[in-house]
Parts: sequence; structure tokens; C-alpha cells
Amino acid sequence: MGSATATSTAATQTARARLARIMWPRVVARGILYLVLITGAAIFMFPLFWLVATSLKPERDVFLFPPNLIPTKFEWVNYPEALAQFPFLRSFLNTMIIVIGVEIGRLLSCSLAAYGFARLRFPFRDQLFIVVLCTMMLPYQVTLLPQYLVFRDFGWLDTFLPLTVPSFFATNAFFIFMLRQFFRTIPTEYDDAAEIDGCSPLGIYWHIILPMSLPALGAVAIFTFMGEWNDYFAPLIYLNTPENHTLAIALNSWQQAHHSNPTNRPRPYSQIMAVATLITLVPVIVFFLAQRYFIQGVVITGVKG
Amino acid sequence: MSSGISGNRGETAPIAGGATVAARRYWWQSPIARRRASYGYLTILPWIIGFLAFTAYPIFASLYYSFTEFPILKGPSWAGLQNYERMFFQDDLFWHSLRVTAVYSLVAVPSGVIVGYLVALILNQKVAGLSVWRTMYFMPSIVPAVASAFLWSWIFNSEFGLVNGFLMNFGLRGPKWFFSEEWVLPAFMIMHLWGAGGGLVLYLAALQGVPTTLYEAAKVDGANVWHRLVHVTLPMTSPVILFTFLTGIIGSFQIFTAGYIVTGGGPRNASLFYVLYLFRTGWNYFQMGYAAALAWVLLIIMLALTLLTLYASRRLVYYEFSEEGK
Repeated sequence: MGSATATSTAATQTARARLARIMWPRVVARGILYLVLITGAAIFMFPLFWLVATSLKPERDVFLFPPNLIPTKFEWVNYPEALAQFPFLRSFLNTMIIVIGVEIGRLLSCSLAAYGFARLRFPFRDQLFIVVLCTMMLPYQVTLLPQYLVFRDFGWLDTFLPLTVPSFFATNAFFIFMLRQFFRTIPTEYDDAAEIDGCSPLGIYWHIILPMSLPALGAVAIFTFMGEWNDYFAPLIYLNTPENHTLAIALNSWQQAHHSNPTNRPRPYSQIMAVATLITLVPVIVFFLAQRYFIQGVVITGVKG
Repeated sequence: MSSGISGNRGETAPIAGGATVAARRYWWQSPIARRRASYGYLTILPWIIGFLAFTAYPIFASLYYSFTEFPILKGPSWAGLQNYERMFFQDDLFWHSLRVTAVYSLVAVPSGVIVGYLVALILNQKVAGLSVWRTMYFMPSIVPAVASAFLWSWIFNSEFGLVNGFLMNFGLRGPKWFFSEEWVLPAFMIMHLWGAGGGLVLYLAALQGVPTTLYEAAKVDGANVWHRLVHVTLPMTSPVILFTFLTGIIGSFQIFTAGYIVTGGGPRNASLFYVLYLFRTGWNYFQMGYAAALAWVLLIIMLALTLLTLYASRRLVYYEFSEEGK
């Protein structure tokens, strides 16, 4: 609209009037559009605001009804107090060990398989790839039970192994598919040139395909991070002792733990929200740092796929 | 199944790997091709092992377990169709959890798709500060499930919660939400809707991919805004809508974390989602055989839903066969 008025100043008086008449419905439409947009954004952002606001409230504020939006006093001390009781560092490290393990395993094995399916010719390649596609639809729960029993027999229960080791065997079909789609967009002339220079297929994979696929690999890395950070079901089943809990499970068991502590006072809501805020903060930061990869990745999977 | 969504491009794209025709006829006669083939198997070796160990074996094992009685400490003993008989004819909780999950999914997923798509349509109108808006709508969908579970159980708290506090301004007494048999599912649906921005990025990309020439042609033919939406925008973006709908249904049928943390299936099993029931059977009651049967029925349901959706959408989804944009 700013540009519309700027151009109209250059025009004659009558032209300006005519332009205004044409522009008028557009201005109204735009106004409604932005109004809807702002209202919607406020509704979507409000729970997040509420999360942070509650985490900063003094305890008497929390139980005001109707609730006050802004805390009467910013109680920053809620955070150190919550962290004094919630085992943040340990469960953060546990989560990170799993995340890093899965990242390494998945990036290597899925990209290698995707390279084979995208670039090399071998008998039954396409049939095998159809098998990959079919496994994408499998609900996790179908394979979970026997996997659990096998890992139990291995003596792997209550370790990080059941959560990380499978990722080294390209168990995520979705990422194989996504990377293969991306690899196929790289011109094969690169491969040919490298082959003439004496590069083996594995060399081509390592020196050409991977460096040229950083956006797609970045997307896989971020999806993996978000997925593992949020995962609840698998850690709940495999990790029993509190020392091994990830952040997600630790928060829930910590919140319930007041039943067993001597004073038997429920955890203050403000402290639960403080920990929840911290758990949320990490993916939000990662999202902002890697927004480009994230959005690219979504687009590769959904539109190009 | 997924190839139904995505396979079209694969068929038109050239086969990678160089001299296609020669290699197809005599690939085994050329030492280079033979070497390449062995490298091919080498690259997918981890996947083959992983597939056999973590997918193929478990699937058949759980099929076998589903026909056994299997208390976790004793090991399986053959029980024939007993688990399935119990499930279909005796176990009210099975039908109940299936109904709860279906009602939840069939309301939450379509409305989530609609909300996400509407926001994308608005954002596609050349609004100022697109990336800021996009981030604001998208952010709730990256909040970890645990954090959002605690947040929403606090927001819907019947005594001190935000929603009931807001309703009181209008003199309304809000329901007990997560503690009310009638309101627990709507509360979960609202929680799901909060994450509707997750599909936004995808819709936006699809909307931006619609060629402007189509809109111009439609305008020349006298199509108004509504016609352009129905006859150009929706058909051109329908594959993406189908994709998010399918993945949404598959995901929501497996909803677990929110239910486990917020209500644990209550009150009086009103939010006993299917996977929650499966978890309870396997890891609280240790009836592995019955849990395996539940898992297999879930697999069949997923398969049926996928095929049904693909079948129903055959006439509704438009696939463009083209080479542009790679």
C-alpha cells in the first residue's frame, strides 16, 4: 500500500482518484487479511507465552483465578530452584548421547543405502527399494515387541543400545527415500568424471555425493534431532532406572515423584513449567539456527517426494 | 503404497548410472558393471541386515506371538486364535479404544489439515514479513510432546486454568476438560490443532509451486477468486494435502505421549487411545501375546486406512506429469 500511494503521487489528480476507487476494496481486503493473520498468530503463540509466563510466576500468582497474564513479580529464582531438584544435566546428557548416536548411525547408513539405490546398478535393486517403501508404512508398535524381547535377551535393557544401535542399520526408510530423491537430482556426469579419474563407487559417495548433498543431510539431521528429542515411547520402554532417563521421561517421573517424597507437596506448577520451558527451548533454538535446512527438508520430502 | 504418492516422478526420471541400455542388456558381462553391482550390495548391506533383524524378523515374530499366550517371564505357548477371539468378541476395551482413537483421528486430522491449509492460503497472498508469520504459526508444532502435555493440562486445568478463566469473563463455567468424560477428547483435539502449523511449510511450498500462468488463464476465462481456488489451487496442491492427511492419520492413530502423560487413558477410559491400551497390555499386564495381536490389528487398520484413502482420493488428487523443477 505504501508503494501504491507513492506511485499515485506521481500521477495526475484524476488518475489518483480513479486508482483510489480501484484500490479501496483491495485495502479493505488486505486489512481483513492482516486482522485474521494477527488474531491467528496470537492464538497460536499464546500457549507458548503462557508456558513462559507461568514459569516466572510466584506461587501465589499461579493459583489466582481468573489467572493474571503477566506475573505480578518475575520470579527468576523458579529456574534455579527447579534445576536444584530436577536432574537436568544428567538427563540432558542422556538425551544427547542418544541423539548423537542416532545422528551418526542414521546419516551414515541411510545415505549409503540411498546412494546405492540412487546411483548403482545391481540385480533386484528396484524390487528391494519397493521393500524399503513398504516398510515406511509400518507402525512402530508391530516390530517393537519382538525387538524388545531380543534386546532383553541381549541384556541391553536399561542401556542406550536399543535406542541407538538400530539406527546404524538404516532402519528409517523415510530418510533413505528422501536422500535417494535428492541424490537423483545430482548430475551423473560428476560420477562419470570421478570414475574416469579412478574413484571407486565408495569414493564417489564420500567425495562427491555427500558434499553435494549437505542441504538434504542437514534436513535429515534436524528431523532426527527433533524426533529423538521428542521421543517418549521407546525411552519409556527401554530405560528404567532414573539415572538413564532422557529429559522427556525425567520430567514426567519428576513431576510424579512428590508422592514418594516426605513432605508430599505437589511440585509447584511454576517449576514444572520452568523445566518444560527449558526442554522446549532447545528445539526452538535448533529450529532458528537451521531454519533453512528444516524448511528445505520439509519441501524435499513433501513436494518433490 | 507410498509409491502411489510419489512414484510418478520416478518413472519419468532417467535411470541413474550412465549407459542404461547397454548396461541393461549385458550388465553381467562387463567387469565394471559387475564390480559396481557388488558395490551396490555393499552399500545396502547395513540396510539388509537392519531390515532382516529389526523389521522382517520382528514382524513375523509378532505375528507368531499373536497366536500364543505369552506372559513375559514364562515365554510363548501356542493358543491358536484365542487372542483374536478375546479381542473381537469379549474385550470391550479393545472396541472402546479403537472408537476413541478413530473419533479423535477423524476429527483432529482433517481439521488440522484445514486450519494449516487456510493459514498457508492467507500467507500466500504476498503478505509482508512472511517468514516471521510462518515461524509464529509453525513454532507450536516443534514443542516437544512432553512439554506440550504439561502445558495443556495446565491450560485446561478446571480450577485455575487459562481456558476456564477466560470463559468466566463471559459468565460461563467451563467443563473439567481432561477430567470430564465428554470433554477429554475435544481437549486433545484442540491440543492437536495447536500443532496444525506443522503442515504449513509444506502447503506454502506447494502453493508457491502453482504456475502463475494457470491463474492468468483462469482470469482470462472469467474465473473469480473462489473458482480459482477450487479449480486451480486445490487440484494443483492436492497431492500435498493427501500426503499430510495420510501421514497425519497414521500419526494420530499412534498417539501415545499426550494421553499417557495427561490422562493416562482416563477418566474412566474415555481417552484410552489404542497404543495406550497396547502399552498397558504389554508393559503393565505383561500379556505379550495379546499385545502382539493388538499390534497386528493396528497394522491391518493402518494398511486399510492407507488403501482406502488412496482409493477415495483417486479422483480428487491431481498429479502433474512433468520434468520441470527436477
